[in-house]
Amino acid sequence: MNRTILHIDLNNFYASVECLYRPELRDKPVAVCGSQDLRHGIVLAKNYIAKKYMITTGEAIWQAKQKCPNLIVVNPNYSLYLRFSRGAREIYSRYSNLIESFGIDEAWVDVSESTRLYGSGEIIANEIRETIKNELGVTVSVGVSFNKIFAKLGSDLRKPDATTVITMENYKEVVWELPVGDLLYVGRSTKKKLINVGIITIGDLAAVSPLFLRKLLGKWGDTLWIFANGMDDTEVTITDFQNVIKGIGNSMTTARDLVDNDDVKLTFYVLAEIIAERLRKHNFMGKTIQIYIRDNELSSFERQSKLQCPSYISGEIAGKAMDLFEKNWDWNKPIRSLGIRSTDLVTADSYMQLSLFEDQNKRLKLQALEQSIDVVRKRFGHYSVQRALLLKDKALNGNPIEENTIHPVSYFR
Amino acid sequence: MRKVFVQLNANFSLDGELTPQSFIWEDGTCYEIDRVYEHKMSASLKVGGHGMRYRCRVMEKDVFIFFEEGRWFMEAK
Repeated sequence: MNRTILHIDLNNFYASVECLYRPELRDKPVAVCGSQDLRHGIVLAKNYIAKKYMITTGEAIWQAKQKCPNLIVVNPNYSLYLRFSRGAREIYSRYSNLIESFGIDEAWVDVSESTRLYGSGEIIANEIRETIKNELGVTVSVGVSFNKIFAKLGSDLRKPDATTVITMENYKEVVWELPVGDLLYVGRSTKKKLINVGIITIGDLAAVSPLFLRKLLGKWGDTLWIFANGMDDTEVTITDFQNVIKGIGNSMTTARDLVDNDDVKLTFYVLAEIIAERLRKHNFMGKTIQIYIRDNELSSFERQSKLQCPSYISGEIAGKAMDLFEKNWDWNKPIRSLGIRSTDLVTADSYMQLSLFEDQNKRLKLQALEQSIDVVRKRFGHYSVQRALLLKDKALNGNPIEENTIHPVSYFR
Repeated sequence: MRKVFVQLNANFSLDGELTPQSFIWEDGTCYEIDRVYEHKMSASLKVGGHGMRYRCRVMEKDVFIFFEEGRWFMEAK
């Protein structure tokens, strides 16, 4: 059966909510930016007037102000945005129970079954747009299509407050004309590889043989070929913005750029302690450690590796992270932010395969030690017990558990 | 337009239905709400806000009173 899937994107979400709450800002260029004191001072969202000045998400406040000196900078208010995100979700739920949140401001809704009650996907999309405008006072753009990938492409085509329908009949004209970089999961480096071999549009990508793509991109080649040909059959899975715990991670934009291995080691220990503490709190151990590195030009990558045994010992987590880091970083640029994530979680008190080559008694002692530290910290505060290493640089030694981080989410889960 | 928060008296029925009864304006005057026509979630584009909006009859005039996160506000000239 043909599916009808909507992808709904709240336009300029943070900036729209801020402008709703401050009518006096509506006709001025506005950017929502992180806190400057904590060096999180980058543009998170901007309104259409600011967009006209070519201000882009991710650039520093001073860069944005150079382009537009009378830019109004506002601090983010995440709890307010979450309230609006929930409100939007409640409106989608009037049409379908199959809602998959994709970050805080986007969602897929599978309305295949509802079309009999409410009319075509386009009619539902327009109704949702009107309702959101009236009830929430912000606008959305909606893509309607027969798979999730094209629905998402559709919602990007016309903004703000518009519906774009991509059907089996018109997708070749609409989608295939688009540059290949518009496709989900064609990022900077994949795009470069594709353009190097003459694949410029999504149509070009759809036309080449999947075998050729696999040679070029590995197993991603197959996936992207399926995406480009409209054959993606991934279902809309019911997920909330806050979901089941699949991994525990923290990242931190450090108070100054990191310039050598010692800086990185210190930061990794700060992060590992927090992650280990959170793992213990939820009674988990993680088997895989991922690290995330972003340099001072804001390009970033991730690497991951497995541990010998699942662990919630901070020393093991930090050690693995450092190991990965040394293998994958050559210090041609200073580092702006770092993250560690522990995934492949198992419950901490279940049975597990022990390693022959590690001293298990020592691990048990370390576990007991860290649990005692949790108790001490709970009673006397986070900074009551610390590693000597962390005293070397006060500026880098933050407590990221108190920071509000919203992680990017994956399409595949 | 200004966002004016008001102190509001409401009646809760046995089945939990909330009906606004009267409110105290910023100058201290208490106004009776003669009738509540409807209520629905709505945004206030005029003064900036979002919540349950009650359309009410007060002193022969139709007014909106918003219930937003535990507080009541109105749109003032």
